[in-house]
Amino acid sequence: MLAEPGVVEGRGPEPLLKVEGVSKRFKVHGRTLHAVERVSFSLEAGKTLGLVGESGSGKSTLGRVILRLLEADEGRVVFCGQDLAKLSAKELRARRRDMQIIFQDPLASLNPRMTVAAAIEDAMVIQKIGGSAAERRRRVDELLERVGLPTSAGYAYPFELSGGQQQRVGIARALSVGPKLVVCDEPLSALDVSVQVQIIELLRQLQQELGITYVFISHNLGVVQLLSDTVLVLYLGEVVERAGAAELFAQPQHPYTQALISSVLKVPATALDRRPLVALPGEVPSPLSPPAGCTYHPRCPFATSRCREEKPLLREVSTGHFAACHYAEEAVVRVTPAGGAPLAQQVAVGGS
Amino acid sequence: MAAEPLLAVEGLRVCFERAGGSIYAVNGVDFSVAPGETLGIVGESGSGKSVSVLSVLGLLRANGRVTGGTAKFMGKDLLKLRRRQLEDVRGRDIGMVFQDPMTSLNPTMRIGDQIMEAMLSHHYTSRKGAFERTLQLLEEVGIPDGRARFRNYPHEFSGGMRQRVMIAMAIACEPQLLIADEPTTALDVTVQVQILALLQKLQQRRRMSIILITHDFGVATNVCDRIIVMYAGKVMESAPLDDFLSRPAHPYTIGLRRSVIEVGDEGRELAAIPGMATVLTEPPRCCPFASRCSFAEDRCSDVLPELRPLGTEHFVACHRAEEVLSAVQARKPVGQEVVSRAG
Amino acid sequence: MAAITLSPRAAVSAQRRSSQAALAWRRYKRNKLAVFGAGGVAVFLVVGLIGPWVAPQGYQQSNFLYANQPPSLRFPFGTDGLGHDMLSQVLWSFRNAIEISFGATLVSFLIGVALGLWAGLRGGVVDMVVMRAVDFMYALPNFFLSLILVVTLGRGIFPILLAIGVVGWAGYARLIRGLVLGMRNGEMVEAARALGATQAHIARRYLLPNVTNSMLIALAFGIPFDLIAMGALSLFGLGPRPPLPSFGNMIAQAGANVLGYPWLLYFPAGIFAVILLSFLFVADGLQEALNPRGGS
Repeated sequence: MLAEPGVVEGRGPEPLLKVEGVSKRFKVHGRTLHAVERVSFSLEAGKTLGLVGESGSGKSTLGRVILRLLEADEGRVVFCGQDLAKLSAKELRARRRDMQIIFQDPLASLNPRMTVAAAIEDAMVIQKIGGSAAERRRRVDELLERVGLPTSAGYAYPFELSGGQQQRVGIARALSVGPKLVVCDEPLSALDVSVQVQIIELLRQLQQELGITYVFISHNLGVVQLLSDTVLVLYLGEVVERAGAAELFAQPQHPYTQALISSVLKVPATALDRRPLVALPGEVPSPLSPPAGCTYHPRCPFATSRCREEKPLLREVSTGHFAACHYAEEAVVRVTPAGGAPLAQQVAVGGS
Repeated sequence: MAAEPLLAVEGLRVCFERAGGSIYAVNGVDFSVAPGETLGIVGESGSGKSVSVLSVLGLLRANGRVTGGTAKFMGKDLLKLRRRQLEDVRGRDIGMVFQDPMTSLNPTMRIGDQIMEAMLSHHYTSRKGAFERTLQLLEEVGIPDGRARFRNYPHEFSGGMRQRVMIAMAIACEPQLLIADEPTTALDVTVQVQILALLQKLQQRRRMSIILITHDFGVATNVCDRIIVMYAGKVMESAPLDDFLSRPAHPYTIGLRRSVIEVGDEGRELAAIPGMATVLTEPPRCCPFASRCSFAEDRCSDVLPELRPLGTEHFVACHRAEEVLSAVQARKPVGQEVVSRAG
Repeated sequence: MAAITLSPRAAVSAQRRSSQAALAWRRYKRNKLAVFGAGGVAVFLVVGLIGPWVAPQGYQQSNFLYANQPPSLRFPFGTDGLGHDMLSQVLWSFRNAIEISFGATLVSFLIGVALGLWAGLRGGVVDMVVMRAVDFMYALPNFFLSLILVVTLGRGIFPILLAIGVVGWAGYARLIRGLVLGMRNGEMVEAARALGATQAHIARRYLLPNVTNSMLIALAFGIPFDLIAMGALSLFGLGPRPPLPSFGNMIAQAGANVLGYPWLLYFPAGIFAVILLSFLFVADGLQEALNPRGGS
């Protein structure tokens, strides 16, 4: 194993994953696309971190930088006490058994020329797990059962399975190498609602049984709240708010988070509870030209000249609750639980 | 509400021919839209919700065939029209907005020209008139600086803007009916609300009817006056919004509703509908949901339940609809497998 | 957790262990022309193999008394100016047609795949250089290049095959490079990388198996084109050296005499055309079977 003496493998107080000031930029036709900008957080073993954001938020890119499938331009990713950037290619490949990913489009992530069993077995072959073919085959069957598929599914090709089944295969494959951390990149988006619940339940069970740590990337706020311990809200590559899940959704401090939560259409309890649609104006600017100062200021109803000039830092607004907004304390809002009711707009912000 | 419906579909059946056999995508669907009404068609993939509507407009894929039913619109049966006549109706009397504007718009044509073409191809107005009207439309759908943006190409717009362009094209000839097939699914949540609000505004202003096809309960229940739920090519339940929310009577509807996870759901039970949707390779002879329904009895696997009235304007295709409804109203669990507690 | 059942389709195939090959074969069979073409190709190969033994006469055998005879019972395809039995000539021609067309295609294929793979996997400068070379090859008149090579290397079977093969690699290179490029950034390769696979493993188990279909189709199209190239070389008098018969030679010589002795042209040309069409139908059928378009 790669454990160096003295390095705690995710047990105890040392977090499993520490991301420190990570940035990732892409060059597009000579211009710079700011995909991820100075993101920091830490994640303890067995917990789930939710990454929330819309298009251009950089959440998927961040997920890949965490796994070093993309190289960070700034900052570092420390996994199990090791700076991933310092690993050689060979060491990194070996390390990958501890950190896996499941994809938004499970069909695209599976090799159409490999049967389900072959795909899962290949994962073990790559990581040199399981001494013999027979042993690997046995483990494949175990895994299939674990994710709720019949062992006969092993003989099928990915295109023969439904979306939900394909995702289960993706999960089985990720599990086969025994990871400590699994990045889930929008794993439910391509699935029907009734199937989503099944997959959510599966992910939960696996976390309980195996102690897996999740980074759960999604634009579905309800699911993120359900599964996450801590939530990061991203906008144009930056963290605008970070808090425990319950706290963040009950008392969002950043105007963007508030707008995001209130934009999600909830099923009203009765026809009378239906409210008129209130839309946040404007659209997410292009990550090629993020606005100056606070990147959210062009759309923020509380923006002042200060917001235009000065970039707000992520600061602690209440215990364990961080927001990147100059006026976070004044913009306090409560969301009524079991709602249907949108957010009430808040106290006017002082100053110009 | 005894008004003559704008579109009345009855007994619609659609089949797809494939190497291995036929797929019965739509198996006897009835629905109607009244003038000025917003109808929501809700279902998961494979339910036949899109196919039903596309088939009425003659937009099926090559291997699809309509094998039965009528679709009366403005005094004509759309399914009996010849291609030319149907092309007249499409775009002029019935406007359409699809899910992915990037593939629906012509990437090589300026958007202004595309909107103009929507009008010119139906001889709606003169060239000059079409130009003026395009500018008006751009403003109406919320695209600022219309004169300049007229000359842009689709790839120069964001997803939400492209969808607005599609909407402009769809309403250019003042259609009586607008069909939107998952219009906001590919958009960000904050943009989704904008587009839906826009559709509402346009509808009020023009007294259009809208058919909104979606898999998203939140969207359907916040925007529609009436909702039908489809499964395996059949209508399971059809109800006005109030009945739909307060008195759902089909186990599938209820199961779907409980599968929706929303912010603020702590403490709510997560309930999964067991099994998975199947594709029908022969016409259904019994309730297609029976194998997954916890309320099912013997007759559910024997006899096909017909869509029957449960209240005014409320129709359900379930043998046990009344019992299901009373269970809901008594707040008893509808027998769905309770998987775990949320939160 | 409730047991999740597979859809009926998946369950059935699980029992039969059906492969994509079986499904593709069924799709192929539906195309009548493709089946006919497959038959033609099979005949081509068989005759190429046993032709020399089945032919009534050796190809060098002249029957001077019977020169320029129209088709008869004794000489079903007639005879030419030197009294050769045309049927035998044709049967003997199959062999070198196979050797040259298959050989040339193989040479083109190997060069093209190697370069294309390298370009697709390495990217950067390597990719750029290879693609410029491809452009260069496309710009050149390949046929005349082959001509020059044959003049230089000689008219043996192997030199001819080489001459045709060496100039025809560009298409394969571009094809495989495009396929590899398309897959490199996809989730399948990303997933393999995430599992810790080496580049070699990814190339071997993920990239290559997914290009075989396209490669097979390209090969199936490549063979008839190389046959045509061979025929064209013969028309310029640079085909296989007589007395070894070849389709191109027969057609070239018959062309001068077509008015007087039409059978000298019709049989070789007709059979040659059928061979070409057979390959083309097969290639087309493979394309339909392996990359089906439309609703499936």
